[in-house]
Amino acid sequence: MGVAVAQVSPPTGSRVHYLNESYGIKSWLFTTDHKRISLLYLGSITVMFFIGGFAALLMRLNLLEPAGAIVQPETYNKLFTMHGIIMVWFFLIPSIPATLGNFLVPMMIGARDLAFPRLNLLSWYIYLVGAGFTLYALISGGVDSGWTFYTPLSSIYLTTHVLSAATGIFITGFSSILTGLNFIVTIHKMRAPGLTWFRLPLFIWSMYATSVIFVLATPVLAITLLLVGLERLLHVGIFDPAIGGDPVLFQHLFWFYSHPAVYIMILPGMGVISELVTAFARKRAFGYKAIAYSSMAIALLSFLVWGHHMFVSGQSVYAGVVFSALSFAVAIPSAIKVFNWTATLYKGSISYQAPMLYALGFIGLFTMGGLTGLFLASLAVDVHVHDTYFVIAHFQYIMVGGAVMAYLGGIHFWWPKMTGRMYPDLWARFAAFVIFIGFNLTFFPQYILGYLGMPRRYAMYPPEFQALNVLSTAGASILGIGYLIPFVYLIWSIRYGPEASPNPWKAKGLEWEHSPSPPPKDNFEDVPVVTEEAYAYATSEPARV
Amino acid sequence: MAEPLVPVRTYTMVFVALLALAALTTGLAYIDLGPFNTVAALAIAAAKMLLVALFFMHVWYKPGLTRIVILAAFFWLSLLVSMTLIDVFTRNWTPQPTGWLPGS
Amino acid sequence: MSDIAPASGALVGASDLPSTAADLHHQFEEIEQQRDAGNMGMWVFLATEVLFFGGLFTTYTVYRSLYFAGFEVGSHLLERPFGAAMTFILLGSSFTMALSIHAIRMGRRKLLCALLLLTIILGAIFLGIKFNEYAEKWHEHLVPGLNFHPTPDQLRGAPGDAVDLFLCFYFFMTGLHALHMIVGIGLLSVMAIRAWNRSLSQANYQQLEVSGLYWHFVDIIWIFLFPLLYLIGGPR
Repeated sequence: MGVAVAQVSPPTGSRVHYLNESYGIKSWLFTTDHKRISLLYLGSITVMFFIGGFAALLMRLNLLEPAGAIVQPETYNKLFTMHGIIMVWFFLIPSIPATLGNFLVPMMIGARDLAFPRLNLLSWYIYLVGAGFTLYALISGGVDSGWTFYTPLSSIYLTTHVLSAATGIFITGFSSILTGLNFIVTIHKMRAPGLTWFRLPLFIWSMYATSVIFVLATPVLAITLLLVGLERLLHVGIFDPAIGGDPVLFQHLFWFYSHPAVYIMILPGMGVISELVTAFARKRAFGYKAIAYSSMAIALLSFLVWGHHMFVSGQSVYAGVVFSALSFAVAIPSAIKVFNWTATLYKGSISYQAPMLYALGFIGLFTMGGLTGLFLASLAVDVHVHDTYFVIAHFQYIMVGGAVMAYLGGIHFWWPKMTGRMYPDLWARFAAFVIFIGFNLTFFPQYILGYLGMPRRYAMYPPEFQALNVLSTAGASILGIGYLIPFVYLIWSIRYGPEASPNPWKAKGLEWEHSPSPPPKDNFEDVPVVTEEAYAYATSEPARV
Repeated sequence: MAEPLVPVRTYTMVFVALLALAALTTGLAYIDLGPFNTVAALAIAAAKMLLVALFFMHVWYKPGLTRIVILAAFFWLSLLVSMTLIDVFTRNWTPQPTGWLPGS
Repeated sequence: MSDIAPASGALVGASDLPSTAADLHHQFEEIEQQRDAGNMGMWVFLATEVLFFGGLFTTYTVYRSLYFAGFEVGSHLLERPFGAAMTFILLGSSFTMALSIHAIRMGRRKLLCALLLLTIILGAIFLGIKFNEYAEKWHEHLVPGLNFHPTPDQLRGAPGDAVDLFLCFYFFMTGLHALHMIVGIGLLSVMAIRAWNRSLSQANYQQLEVSGLYWHFVDIIWIFLFPLLYLIGGPR
């Protein structure tokens, strides 16, 4: 994708911007321009998304038959492991931060780049090296530990390529850490004159909160994977029950990172939704401060609830009670956001372009996913549905129905800014509908399956579950087609789409109002001075292309 | 550049204090103080850390943001330690079942 | 150190470093902003290191509370004099590191290089003692996983598994620390070269400051490792 963009003829006549200011593969591979780096990431994570998606496709095909339709159980174990690893670490976690975040954080705050542009490029290369190790694990036979690497299975008993996969994830973790570090310093130190904290776009608040989590949680994952790797290499380790080690301790360390990680995956999406809802309702955000504070509250509270993944692990009941109570608390800031978005929509001047369709889909689906999270936070209910498809449906509603839809909505919204081209609106709306329908058809039956008792990570199931599984697989096929449609027209639009004006949505924000589409290499002619609040929409004139 | 120049005298005094504390903690380890051995060792280590951070790393002379960053790191670490220990220390408070049947 | 003037508290001597300012990178508006951002970046990085080592400290805490007797015996298998010596050496290297910042602000190039060299040497001595300790442990057959055959004399009644666990922590924690020291020595070597060929100056020493922060942090880790590994319990 990087090569295609570099060869396009300047869409705005002879105007020079960041895409055409230099040509050639070296100008891309050695760039320190945050905008180009965001596109490098966009290409890489799209590749990983389709690999992880392909694993999911094979899983769903296998589940058409109760006895497993197309693969052996050992292979199935590898499929769900690779699907999880790739989707979590190589797609969801970097998705919005490394693409939209990298592109927009400097632009939204009126800076010419991030604080550490070379670190930014380094973090992309680190991502690639990590992806390389993980894909090596995939090609050389796969890993079957589950994406959660529970010990002692992963550290002692498995003979698959746990070490390469763990190494890949360990390396990629540093990519996250550097991105988070970059964002934190940039947001603190490089805001334009007049841009006080409470005038920042809510997307920046959510990127800031996400970066805090990146920086504080990821190192714990790093040390945990290091310990598992050492245990595999040296055949002794601190999680080995044979010498008194505690496998549950691994889970504590793992989930201390991985629960905040799920907030890394959703917070940026929430930031995108705040931008989309305000732009397409032509209204300032209702409860701006509440939304900003709730992002920070999520960043803190997300670290207090990890034990809810461990209710049936042998963890103490008293710890379980504490984690359960705190898990109810962490739902509150998320709910606050949903209320505020809804209130923003109320009496707004709403238009239904594709980004808004994704945003509306997000609000509904995220709410459903979030509410089912509360079911899981209740100790007694969780004992029944732990490790069933209910859990899967819960997190898929949030990750796919939430995060991926927010990601697609954001990509569509900022596409004209990033590429200078518009995509075909009707195809975009059609794809949004297909995705919404395919998604619900895939994952709603899984709530029922889980409640009825179908375990997760099983290659086969009792025959009475077949109808729901077939429904789910049908939905997955529709969802897959739905994802392919934007892939096609977005790439098409780079060459053949109509040129975009600087602000096709008539949206507020420095990236829209102070810079052409696409922006010049240095983002702005002159450094903007901010004098108004965020989302200071004057009229209720609807957004139009 | 706006930072004040820390005098050599300050650095020297801090260094001497550090050496003294290191000697103290080593010496205390040869005396049996029961559980207080651990408390003393950690307290002395914390004091040494503060001296290095405040004066060698200039945190004493820095604005609040630097302090918030460090405090946040230690606070978050304390969450990891404390909540893990809540589990480890209370696991034996309820009887552990040995099987699936009631009464086992 | 003979040029220390106690009255003024600053090092006196001719300044022989140029005062050329650092290059202003294009994303910053002012040099002060650039310097601020660089410092904050290093502090945020150190915060990540706190959590990185912190994961190890957490597991250490759990196992120490579960297997105190074994940990105590394990700790007594380590040589306290060596541990103390390493502590003094590292504290000394932090002192010389702090003084080197002072030197560059005074523009004293040769003194700066000498101090950096001294810091590096002290770090190298530390590593020498550490690797010597590792070799000792190998000869005593006390390396978990690879060469672990403790004698009853060494175990003194404590369960071998718990001592095994303790030594795992000993090697992992000090090994990770040693790795960080090696990186630190590399960093300071680069700083020493840059100090020598005048790339650093009174107006342009942020890299040195930031390297110093890293070095002090590695010292702080050892400040905790020493009592936690070498000084468990009372006398033998």
